Amino acid sequence: MSAVSGAPALELVGVSKRYGGVAANRDISLSVARGEIHAIVGENGAGKSTLMSILGGLVRADSGAILIDGREARINSPRDAAALGVGMTRQHFQLVDTMSALDNILLGDEGGALLARGRARLRAKLSGIADETGLAIDLDARAGDLPLGARQRVEILKALARGARVLIFDEPTAVLTPDEASGLFRLMKSLAGKGASILFITHKLGEALGVADRVSVLRAGERVATFDAKGLSAETLAEAMVGQRPPPRAEKPSSAPGEILVEARGMRLRGADGRALLDDVSLSLRAGEIVGVAGVAGNGQSELLEVLAGLRRPNSGTLRVAGLDIDFTRFTPAAARALGVAHIPEDRLKQGVVAGFRADHNAMLGRQREARFGGRWLNPAAITRHCADLMARWDVRPASPGLAISSFSGGNQQKLVFAREIETDPRVLLVGQPTRGVDISAIDAIHRRLTALRGAGKAILLVSAELDEILALSDRALVMRGGRIVGERAPGAANARRDIGLMMAGAAEAAA
Amino acid sequence: MRPAPVFRALAAPLAALAATGFCALAVGENPFGVFAAMVSGALGGAEPLAFTLYYATDFIFTGLAVAVAYRAGLFNIGVEGQSLVAGAGLAMAVLAGGTLPAYAPLVAGVLAAGVFGAAWAAIPGWLQARRGSHVVITTIMFNFVASALLSWLLVDPLRAPGSMQPETRAFAPGARLWKLDDALSALGSPTTGTPLNASFLLALAAAAAVHIYVFRTRAGFEAGVQAANPSAAACAGVDATRVVVRAMALSGLLASGVAVNELLGAQNRLILDFPAGAGYVGIAVALMAGSRPMMVPLAALLFGFLAQGGAELGLDYPRISPQIVVAAQGFAVLVAGAALGSRRLA
Amino acid sequence: MTMDQAYSWLSATLRLSTPLIFACFAGLWSERAGVVDVGLEGKMLAGAFAGAAAASLTGDVRLGLLAAVAASLALSFAQAWAEIERGGDQIVCGMAVNMIGAGLTAFAGAALFGEGGRTPALTAGERVTPVVAGLDALTLAAFAAAALSAFALARTKLGLRVNAAGENPGALDAAGGSVRATRHIAVAIGGALCGLAGADLSLAQAAGFLPGMSAGKGFIALAALVFAKWRPGACLATCLLFGGLDAVAIRLPDAVVPGVGAVPVQALQALPYLLTVALLAGFVGRARPPAAAGQPYRRE
Repeated sequence: MSAVSGAPALELVGVSKRYGGVAANRDISLSVARGEIHAIVGENGAGKSTLMSILGGLVRADSGAILIDGREARINSPRDAAALGVGMTRQHFQLVDTMSALDNILLGDEGGALLARGRARLRAKLSGIADETGLAIDLDARAGDLPLGARQRVEILKALARGARVLIFDEPTAVLTPDEASGLFRLMKSLAGKGASILFITHKLGEALGVADRVSVLRAGERVATFDAKGLSAETLAEAMVGQRPPPRAEKPSSAPGEILVEARGMRLRGADGRALLDDVSLSLRAGEIVGVAGVAGNGQSELLEVLAGLRRPNSGTLRVAGLDIDFTRFTPAAARALGVAHIPEDRLKQGVVAGFRADHNAMLGRQREARFGGRWLNPAAITRHCADLMARWDVRPASPGLAISSFSGGNQQKLVFAREIETDPRVLLVGQPTRGVDISAIDAIHRRLTALRGAGKAILLVSAELDEILALSDRALVMRGGRIVGERAPGAANARRDIGLMMAGAAEAAA
Repeated sequence: MRPAPVFRALAAPLAALAATGFCALAVGENPFGVFAAMVSGALGGAEPLAFTLYYATDFIFTGLAVAVAYRAGLFNIGVEGQSLVAGAGLAMAVLAGGTLPAYAPLVAGVLAAGVFGAAWAAIPGWLQARRGSHVVITTIMFNFVASALLSWLLVDPLRAPGSMQPETRAFAPGARLWKLDDALSALGSPTTGTPLNASFLLALAAAAAVHIYVFRTRAGFEAGVQAANPSAAACAGVDATRVVVRAMALSGLLASGVAVNELLGAQNRLILDFPAGAGYVGIAVALMAGSRPMMVPLAALLFGFLAQGGAELGLDYPRISPQIVVAAQGFAVLVAGAALGSRRLA
Repeated sequence: MTMDQAYSWLSATLRLSTPLIFACFAGLWSERAGVVDVGLEGKMLAGAFAGAAAASLTGDVRLGLLAAVAASLALSFAQAWAEIERGGDQIVCGMAVNMIGAGLTAFAGAALFGEGGRTPALTAGERVTPVVAGLDALTLAAFAAAALSAFALARTKLGLRVNAAGENPGALDAAGGSVRATRHIAVAIGGALCGLAGADLSLAQAAGFLPGMSAGKGFIALAALVFAKWRPGACLATCLLFGGLDAVAIRLPDAVVPGVGAVPVQALQALPYLLTVALLAGFVGRARPPAAAGQPYRRE
């Protein structure tokens, strides 16, 4: 290794990146020494993935510099990154499932037209790496047959075989079992012990504290602090991550929850890969209350919404809606609607609207079977009138029902989806990420609407990655992690924010 | 397919024109002379015009068939085979009803064509919705199965007794569609000698009906949602299986129009390979029309012009094969297909 | 069946399988790289015509073979432009190639030779003739092409990249390989093989070109590719099976199958397609195409 002695293996100086008007990264500077494991923590949207993409050559920074071994580096493509000795393990593995692990590592750097020699050479090299680091896998297994942890090791080996000295791990434990995760941490430590520098992006505080030498905290695109991991407490870190925010406004009038409208018991859902997406989830939802579901994205909240909305059939469990036992084989989105369950999907621009369609057709989406739109023969005048009506009441601009929905701003598209689902007077409202992609002025309006619906006796399940939103709106907050509900807090309780943050991060299971 | 900007809509016919021109140049002919011959051969007078409309009739039906499936997100390559099977159904009904009063065999024939065409198309639809086999490949395969089926029917059970030709006996005189020439001779005007018949009006009516289906019915709306955004369709409670099977059945129903035009309007018997590639031209027609039903007749007219103009070329230019039209259509489809992709990538 | 009959059936099977093998492996290269090819038929026709025309005009069968490959390659370049460079719809563009192939060959045939698009009957020196055991060089070459393709796909750098481009082009891109270049090479190899498939039709099986003489063989090859689940060994076996069925259909009109009775020849002709549909629908096994087949690649 040729390096300027003393210089950090990787250094970022004043890196900034804006997307439109939003600063994803603002003047970020940090350094990773040789042999150091440096964790970067932050909430969703704090700017971690943008930083990753810049280092991996997928995105170019607007300003700032990246130094490798003290020399300024230009990383314009994944190829450049590899040539500079920067290897990356992404959240979504880039492997060819039908090929052996060995061929996956070989791909792109085959060493000759015939593979036999390249394969033999690579085998030798990998066995050297295995001796040095203990990182060994079944090289002849099909990548698609390997468990996720092993797939990840293939990615790491791919980087190491190409001589990577700086390794970047982007949320590496997101898909791993606890056993696999601890195996990964041992490996990271061993690699660092051999002189590799590791940048470790995570939102799990416990992991950062357990494995890193130093921890940097990103918040709203800025690096707000860097701590020495030794002696650092999870509380300090959580506070730095979520900030010292004013307590949620208590403008919510008190409301006496009424009858139970949704009651789920022991719901389990397995994904195609057999992983548990929902693991024994039970919850109840009463008229006149908002139940918040907090959690880091990808911990089962989306699946919970989908099951309750009739979009996915759970493998087991029972569900009662408005006093009726649900037969899951017949519980379609249409059936859910008929029972008075409205669903505002998380990704409204993708699941909630059809981009090429007119606004008024989008305003009918999901309601197209209602008689007022004409039945089998659609009544264009009624469709347009309905949309104009929603637009007026929700202040959607421009108020042009005939315009393609894609000509509206994201915020206005969202308003129309909200209007469509809420104005049907549902009994139960399932809301995913209600303020994602909505500008600040609209956030407040949406919050007020939700509070008003609660006052009107609706049962509302609110899934949000924004802890503030959960704390401000809900009567009870559930926390999901790994497909389970790991705890419940009243938002008004002392230390609720910190406790929920810790449960989300999995740093304090005991706190539940 | 979203409405294409004008230049994209024109790129395909221009490619067809350019290909024809280059071919003319390659055999040492003046391209503009060739174009002029095509125009006069297809549009210059009552007879050429009537032939052009007769060809366009097939292309309206097949263009609508491809478009209605595409509007539901499905690529039906099997219109050719669906027309064939519709023709088999038509012939069996007409021949079986031979002794019935005048119009009964005609009506029975049209209905049977529709049912057979729709059913033959619905099978790949059902296979895709329920068994996961892609409709593109299965409809291609079904074209060849249909072709084999027809050739067996015509050499064995349906062949006219005593005939060596693979064709049925002629249909009863009542099972014949009203022709333009019937009206002209009734008026005492000179006839055109063309098979242009009432199917042309039926095709125009079909275009209007498909327009209403796509833009004015709930079923058409749901199909559009399913095509444009399957995950939004799922959220909106759209039954994907029903959408797919219905779209394919409708597509096959429209494909049966070719059988009606060719067998009841022109041939008056069932013959081999009567669609003669119209099912494939339908892909080009639908692409060029951006799958808008009311644009389909216009695009079909263009291809009708090419077919008739090409067929007439041989009179003035014996060295230019009418098959040049097929190549010209191919270049039009290639350019349209490439544009389809770049729009998707944009 | 007597020995003579068996022998003649076997040699007919090998001869009739030859164009299927070339075309099927053409499709294999293209689709394993993620480019669906429904244009095999058109490229075969181009090859058949160009081969016969060049052989007839020059009197040299070798120039005929060269011309066959060149004509089919030219069509595959047009296809690659539309599908890879423009990201066009692979089904539409493949169908376009079929139309272009059918139209241009008939046009050029009529322009060059009159006679309704046919080429003049080729004489012995202008044809591919048997070399060993009644088998001609193209039949032998088809088996060689199959073996070479199998080897290349499994054991060379090109094969590795082709497979990656078809299964997960993002992985190839992330590893520093070019999805575009890989797909272009695969489509070109397919083009060359289709040219040989066509040459076999007009230079070996027949003595000259007839418009539309491929008669759906390109689609049978496509069916074979699907039926073989995109695996080289199975491709060869399926082509032999389908070629054998064809040989039966030709030799024994209305074959009598024990226990079933007389089977119309058309049923045998439809069988490859029906088998393929049954397989696709999961009634017999399960066919899984390369994961990225049909999708233009675009970096995220």
